[in-house]
Amino acid sequence: MVGFLYQFGDAAAFLVLSACGLAIIFGMMGVINLAHGEFIMGGAYVTATVSKMGAPLPLAILCGALAAGLVGIVLERLVIRHLYHRPLDTIVATWGISLIVSQGTLILLGPSLTDMSTPLGSVTIGELSYSVYRFALMGVAVAILAGLYALFNFTRFGVLARATIQVPHMAESLGVNTRLIYSLTFGIGAALAGATGGLYAPTMSLVPTMGAQFIMEAFVTVVVGGGDVFLGTAPAGVALGFVKALMTTWQGQLAGQIGLLVAVILVIRILPRGISGLILRERA
Amino acid sequence: MRRLLMMTAAAIAMAVPLAAMAADPIKLGVLEDQSGDFALATIGKVHGIQLAAEEINAAGGIAGRPLELVIYDTQSDNTRYQEFMRRALQRDKVNVVFAGFSSASREAYRPIVKQLDGFAFYNNQYEGGVCDANMIVTGAVPEQQFSTLIPWMIEKFGKKVYTIAADYNFGQISAEWVRNIVKQNGGEMVGEEFIPLGVSQFSSTIQNIQKAKPDVLITLLVGTAQSSYYEQASAANLRVPMGSSVNVGQAYEHKRFKPPSLANMYVTTNWIEEIADPKSKEFVAKWRKKFPNEPYINQEAENSYLAVYLYKQMVERAKGSTKRDDLRAVIAKGDVCFDAPEGKVCIDPKSQHMSHTIYLAKVNDVHSISFPKTWEDVKPYWLGEAGCDLTKKNPSAQYTPSNPPPK
Repeated sequence: MVGFLYQFGDAAAFLVLSACGLAIIFGMMGVINLAHGEFIMGGAYVTATVSKMGAPLPLAILCGALAAGLVGIVLERLVIRHLYHRPLDTIVATWGISLIVSQGTLILLGPSLTDMSTPLGSVTIGELSYSVYRFALMGVAVAILAGLYALFNFTRFGVLARATIQVPHMAESLGVNTRLIYSLTFGIGAALAGATGGLYAPTMSLVPTMGAQFIMEAFVTVVVGGGDVFLGTAPAGVALGFVKALMTTWQGQLAGQIGLLVAVILVIRILPRGISGLILRERA
Repeated sequence: MRRLLMMTAAAIAMAVPLAAMAADPIKLGVLEDQSGDFALATIGKVHGIQLAAEEINAAGGIAGRPLELVIYDTQSDNTRYQEFMRRALQRDKVNVVFAGFSSASREAYRPIVKQLDGFAFYNNQYEGGVCDANMIVTGAVPEQQFSTLIPWMIEKFGKKVYTIAADYNFGQISAEWVRNIVKQNGGEMVGEEFIPLGVSQFSSTIQNIQKAKPDVLITLLVGTAQSSYYEQASAANLRVPMGSSVNVGQAYEHKRFKPPSLANMYVTTNWIEEIADPKSKEFVAKWRKKFPNEPYINQEAENSYLAVYLYKQMVERAKGSTKRDDLRAVIAKGDVCFDAPEGKVCIDPKSQHMSHTIYLAKVNDVHSISFPKTWEDVKPYWLGEAGCDLTKKNPSAQYTPSNPPPK
């Protein structure tokens, strides 16, 4: 039983952490960011480098998130800003950036970085042993969701951000600096992606193409979740994580992947606007 | 008049060596992944070919002709292999192609080589069974790697074996070989799991292994995503002895991951850079001189290097002809051998595969390597014994233990 809960929590945490940055950028702002994986990779690389210089892991992850956030702000100003009403062009532009960054990293930094070891050791419960760090990741996923909820609902910035994204003209006419809000919101999404990279860096191979291992899960979770981060991404992560863990325990990894994707197809078919679309419409 | 004649004769005498130096180069096509998921293990292969070509050209080329490399980056993508194989054979008209890392890529390009009547070398260890006259395979095969590794591990650690393998032709067929060899040696398979390429999260796999309590874990993981398994298993304190025919020797996990994640891993490989033999050390030294930033020289890199020399030998013994049938006639004599960094290797005429020295490498707690056992001159006997004889017939097919050549 503990075994299954661990797998479920682990799968859900992976989905939520992969998706939270994209949920802000794609879910809230409507920007289809195909460079999401590269933000994750960048965060992981910065975390690994800072950690190797001797910093403790939480500080290193913070540096990774910060670096990704800053790059996100720059990217938003240079590229994304001009493409807000052109979604197809955003896809092409961000895909191009993704290729440039991943291949550029390969050319400049070589095929891999020396990996980090996973901290916090292991714990044995019953006849199985578990990595403590993975329990920590589950806690971090919940904390990030709680933090985002607090940010967007209880701070002034959060109110301004939600207003700008829902009705930009009204916000502008009330004196909100919408361009700054867009930049900052994109930056927060990028920083979350960087944090995910940093959090998973001690558990994975650090290679330039590592973003590709998150991107499918990120997009399906955001699409199933719908536009809202808390009413959408969180339940989507939990539901899809449950399906994946169930199928993997029953028949192995291949079944888990297939189960995840079949669940996505079913949800989209029944609820085209995702889980949050269902909840919000019911409220209205 | 006499002066004119003498000057003409002198001009012709001078022109002849010029014509010889401007001789047609021999073109060697190189289709290897220099980007994408497999690049880590295959960049070294291109370097091996470049090193060999440089040495051969400095010593006068192949039968007096310089060796020219036509290199394409196949990006770890099977469709690129097909595209560039057509281009190399039809537009560039190369004389031979050295191509492929993953077995999926090899099976993608093999029909094209046959269709365009080409000649290709596959310089990678794999799941065995390719019986095709258009292919020379210098990589190690299961009867060389598993028939040595598994009996040794069962005797040392116990009879219960669990396999985790990448879910494509290589992983599935290798797992079949493991099943057969385990049974032949009195062992018991307690579990098998096939993992899609690109999966990097292994919590459930690790739990399944813990529940089955095996004595030996055979890992056949391919690609950088799947290699995250070792760190995650170590973090969950899973310490069962591991055996592999692919890991460590190809993607040097023992150098990339922190100790002790790869501790107690046993790999049968035909060569890795830690081998202490003086000839091997000399090879490593000259490689590092040309490529000082090479992270690791793996078994595929050594295979690619020696394959260029084997090709040179075949062409020179065929009196300079690069026609495939002339080269196959040389191979049929049965003594195309080369003193490689791993030891003496020979091409078997029946299967066009190569014999190998097999080193059993053990990864220690601090990730240094020791070699508990070595097997000399292990021949690729399975295809010949099963009924593949390329000196008589060319089926251009791949066979497995459950699908052997028809009698």
